[in-house]
Amino acid sequence: MPFEHIKFYQTGTFTVGNRLLDVSDRAVQSDARRSNALNCGHRACQGCGEALGARYAVDAAVRAAGGNLVAVNATGCLEVFSTPYPETSWQVAWMHSLFGNAAAVAAGVAAAMKAQGRNEVRVIAQGGDGGTADIGLGCLSGMFERNDDVLYICYDNEAYMNTGVQRSGTTPAAARTATTPSVGSKPGNVFGQGKSVPLIAMAHMIPYVATASVANLHDLEYKVEKAIAIHGARYIHVHVPCPLGWGSEPHDTIKVARLAVESGLFPLFEAEFGEVTERSIIRRKQPAEEYLKLQKRFAHLFRPKRDEERLAAIQSIADRNIQRFGLQNGASS
Amino acid sequence: MWKQIEGSRAIAETVAMCRPQVICAYPITPQTHIVEALGELVKSGQLAGCEFLNVESEFGALSVAIGASAAGARSYTATASQGLLFMAEAVYNASGLGLPIVMTIGNRAIGAPINIWNDHSDSMSMRDSGWIQLFAETNQEAVDLHIQAFRLAEELSCPVMVCVDGFILTHAYDRIDVPLQHQVDGWLPRFEPTQVLDPDAPVSIGAMVGPEAFTEVRYLAHNKQLRALERIPEISGEFYETFGRESGGLLRPYRLDGAETVVVALGSVNGTIQEAVDELRQDGIAIGSISICSYRPFPLDAVRRALSDARRVVVVEKSLAVGLGGMLATDIQMALSGRRHKVYTVIAGLGGRAITKASLLKLFHQAKSDALEGVTFLDLNWGVINRQLARETATRRSGPAAESILKDLATLPTKIV
Amino acid sequence: MSKPFAITLDVGSSLANHTGSWRTERPVYVDRIPPCNNACPAGENIQAWLYHAESGDYHAAWKTLVENNPLPAIMGRACYHPCESACNRMQLDHEVNIHAVERFLGDEAIRRGWRFEAGPASGKHVLVVGSGPSGLSAAYHLARLGHKVTIYEAGPAAGGMMRFGIPKYRLPREVLNAEIARIANMGVTIRLNSRVDDLAQMLESKQFDAAFLAVGAHVSKRAYIPAGDASKILDALGVLRSVDGGKPPELGRRVLVYGGGNTALDVARTAKRLGATETLIVYRRTREKMPAHDFEVQEAIDEGIQFRWLSTIKEAGDSSFKIEKMRLDEKGFPQPTGEFETIEGDSLVLALGQDVDLSFLERVPGLAIVDGVVKVNSQMMTGHAGVFAGGDMVPAERTVTVAVGHGKKAARNIDAWLRGTAYHPGAKHELAAFEKLNPWYYSDAPETMQATLETVRRQTTFDEVVSGLDETNALFEARRCLSCGNCFECDNCYGVCPDNAVVKLGPGKRFRFNYDYCKGCGMCVAECPCGAIQMVPETI
Repeated sequence: MPFEHIKFYQTGTFTVGNRLLDVSDRAVQSDARRSNALNCGHRACQGCGEALGARYAVDAAVRAAGGNLVAVNATGCLEVFSTPYPETSWQVAWMHSLFGNAAAVAAGVAAAMKAQGRNEVRVIAQGGDGGTADIGLGCLSGMFERNDDVLYICYDNEAYMNTGVQRSGTTPAAARTATTPSVGSKPGNVFGQGKSVPLIAMAHMIPYVATASVANLHDLEYKVEKAIAIHGARYIHVHVPCPLGWGSEPHDTIKVARLAVESGLFPLFEAEFGEVTERSIIRRKQPAEEYLKLQKRFAHLFRPKRDEERLAAIQSIADRNIQRFGLQNGASS
Repeated sequence: MWKQIEGSRAIAETVAMCRPQVICAYPITPQTHIVEALGELVKSGQLAGCEFLNVESEFGALSVAIGASAAGARSYTATASQGLLFMAEAVYNASGLGLPIVMTIGNRAIGAPINIWNDHSDSMSMRDSGWIQLFAETNQEAVDLHIQAFRLAEELSCPVMVCVDGFILTHAYDRIDVPLQHQVDGWLPRFEPTQVLDPDAPVSIGAMVGPEAFTEVRYLAHNKQLRALERIPEISGEFYETFGRESGGLLRPYRLDGAETVVVALGSVNGTIQEAVDELRQDGIAIGSISICSYRPFPLDAVRRALSDARRVVVVEKSLAVGLGGMLATDIQMALSGRRHKVYTVIAGLGGRAITKASLLKLFHQAKSDALEGVTFLDLNWGVINRQLARETATRRSGPAAESILKDLATLPTKIV
Repeated sequence: MSKPFAITLDVGSSLANHTGSWRTERPVYVDRIPPCNNACPAGENIQAWLYHAESGDYHAAWKTLVENNPLPAIMGRACYHPCESACNRMQLDHEVNIHAVERFLGDEAIRRGWRFEAGPASGKHVLVVGSGPSGLSAAYHLARLGHKVTIYEAGPAAGGMMRFGIPKYRLPREVLNAEIARIANMGVTIRLNSRVDDLAQMLESKQFDAAFLAVGAHVSKRAYIPAGDASKILDALGVLRSVDGGKPPELGRRVLVYGGGNTALDVARTAKRLGATETLIVYRRTREKMPAHDFEVQEAIDEGIQFRWLSTIKEAGDSSFKIEKMRLDEKGFPQPTGEFETIEGDSLVLALGQDVDLSFLERVPGLAIVDGVVKVNSQMMTGHAGVFAGGDMVPAERTVTVAVGHGKKAARNIDAWLRGTAYHPGAKHELAAFEKLNPWYYSDAPETMQATLETVRRQTTFDEVVSGLDETNALFEARRCLSCGNCFECDNCYGVCPDNAVVKLGPGKRFRFNYDYCKGCGMCVAECPCGAIQMVPETI
């Protein structure tokens, strides 16, 4: 978000709520009457970042839409752990069709609502990185180009987690996955690959594109709320750690996500019609290593001995992001 | 209202009268004229309250229809051939979820080799997907079937394919009685979904179902098609009452009384078959034909009854079960299991090759004398076949087969009579 | 809707899946003791009253504070705030200025006339000897518990060391008087000019059911310094007492103060205000080894007080003094060097420490006196049953806060003793050490500085040197508190649980875990800013 609600003399306001803050300044998540769009009883792993991110985003969307929300979900972790017959954890109108068509199905829902004159209903599409960046890219691009009235939210845990942690189009350099194993002379994923779907979205010149992280709830809610109020194609890319696939501790999920942001590896920014308009300034910059160290999928960079070359390469990715998006001084170069 | 009108255009005007709310379009020959016409009708305002989306692939097209239908809108799209295959995942998804989408298939061959002309291989590839498949014999029937399709689909919550022979019907200018808006409005009720995405009454659609319940779900889909077998003739009857035309139904017999030999086929080729039957009947040959309209659900009982007095059946089909024989023929044989009919499979018209009356007459004569093989390829050029086989035997790298054959034929155009 | 079987599911169906069965450990809410509470000798629940102060509910904050300490306005000025030295916030930016907020609350209470309530009468009468901080604190707590209390004070005014030992510029008399009066207004009787010469006699009179002794240490220690007839040597306590009584002594223009404790500083700064142009503190060790608090040394330096380290006074003349230089040996003890120096000076004030006047205890059997102070057990009781003691007269660090703490502890034990039971303080909770916190969630907020009087004014008047915080500053400062170890309802656990397994119970009621669904991931623990949640293993 571009500004801080925090008045100088208040403490603890990075928290979800704060009894001293005006209720309207507290996160949606702090409300005892929040919609809990993704309710208890789902089968996500302990500490799942996606489950958290989904509840954050959809609760914010439900509130912003006044309860008039329909969600379309791609196949993936989120869909599988939330709707195994006979149990569904969703408390909103929700649909799952296929792996690669969430954007198109959502476009159909939006068209149907428009045709039926139900202009107050807002439509979101949800998918993981696999369903968005790879198999779903065609439908996503079509939805963008048509400027369908859909907010697409991608939960990026950087691999096909549901099928056993295989590499996807957003898997970062050097990461170990089942299909980029940490063996051979160059263990883990190859450098120089990995799509930036937010940048692809920006190239379509759609009204709103943003990145967000489970580590920064206020920022995520702000962006979802802003997006819901806009009509046309919108895209939000949320970074969500997967303890199982990343090899991090379940209780570290938010810490890991925070380090991704604070190191510059996952920049938080907003863009409108293809131009970056806002970025979140890094609060306390961390070296990329601090982020990598917490995840076993990067363990081969440290043991049996440190891979200085690749660690430096990852640091330079972080540095480049900081410079490019102006994450430290506010002005991008 | 009677019009001299292109088949595709008539279909488009009729579909528009059914008041669809979401139409999605991706171009593929030979259905493009349908969606283009619909697009014009939407843009001009003639078809109001409808959203028309130009999608990025057929997979996207059916996906949009899935979303729209689930959200309570009457939805429509059209495709053919490669496009139908490209949306295959969505085809199964739509029927699995029970969404009453109506889709026109402009029947066209499937490549490789790429071929834009008519045969039934595309619809056949999806015959077990759980969609209802209705074949139109004429452009008039194509128009009428679309109206019946929406009602059938929405009553049963089952998607329906209306199969219309590409070019032969879609691009033909015919004299067609295009219904009037008030007639359609009076006959086709509003769409009342059995499940819908509604923020005021939320549900989760599309759960993952494991071994403990999957078979039951599939049985229910099977059961739906069995119920369709009853509704289809009823709807056809109800259609007749309002519009005054025989249209649709499970199958249509032609001169079956006393017929020893009965020819069975799907779609427009029945016109030519009926002409051949008339000629042979004039020569005193006891022959008749059946045009099957509802291919899925396959009317096993109706077929068995219609063929009960025949001695032999000639199935003329525009589809090939590679290595095996026929597809329609296999279903006919299932209907006749336990009976002593002789069934001859005739593969004809693949890739748009014309099925001439002359060829049919020759064929039926052979059939009558039981001088046919079990599986026959009508009008096959044995010279080309043998030369190609020889080429392939002689050299390992004999080059692409299709190209060699074309060269051999010196690119003779398809015969059209 | 007649929904298709299995494909379409109703809202709420997942609640049948109790994912709590996945756990191997479960989170529990704990209250850990914050380091400030832990360090406070008076046992104040600092975190709790800061919590109320944060939301502007000063009355609630004050009431919480005075549950333990009845003298906040005084303490906020006189206490050396060990709480602040322990404050976890120090590891982020700067410790919370707790004493400033306490002082603000105390001043607010005086301004608003908030009162103390005595408890329902118990029928017991307790004697308190001495109206210093320890005696007043004991009296207050006893009165809260419903006991009748009579304080016997030897001097003409109550307050003990607070009046006679701490100068006006550190503790204005209006403040002192107001806080004493509030205790008196509870129904506590304070008999001034009533020295107890013979405690044994008072005990035999059976007027009282128990006694609390808090006479303090008012006898100045002397040193052997050869002096001439005209030499002016005074003791610090005497000087301070005279100044308070309105009859300051003549100290001359150049004053030497001998000693390194707070009293030495107090008397030096007082001398300055009385008109000394040069005030020199002579101390036998170095600044680092000085018992006085460093910030007070700094204030003194700011006022122009000078220091002569590693020096002892050997002889006193009429207008000069002979000083021997010292050096520290390997063990850190000062050793004479044999080098001497003569310094001009009009007077010498000795601030070498204080002793307790134990004469009034001579006839009381059972008491154990070691190193000039009275030994007490862990219930603050002396060797004589029913006679309790506290403050400077028992072995302890000698500060006002420790004294107040003694008074409270003794009162509770006296109360139990009077009822024939024993006082068992609650088990101590685990310490909320800094590692237990997640400091990310606190905004950067450096300390508010209290304004100080300009130097010139400080030197010439007895106006209070350090002013208090106004309301915005006090609020700011209170809100810097991290609430270590105690839930302040930030909603983090409620927000951060991926399984929606935390139930929000409402303002003031905190949260509850829904163990039916909690998978034991531990994210709540990791993201609780103040370390108020702990994982414990599940029993199988």
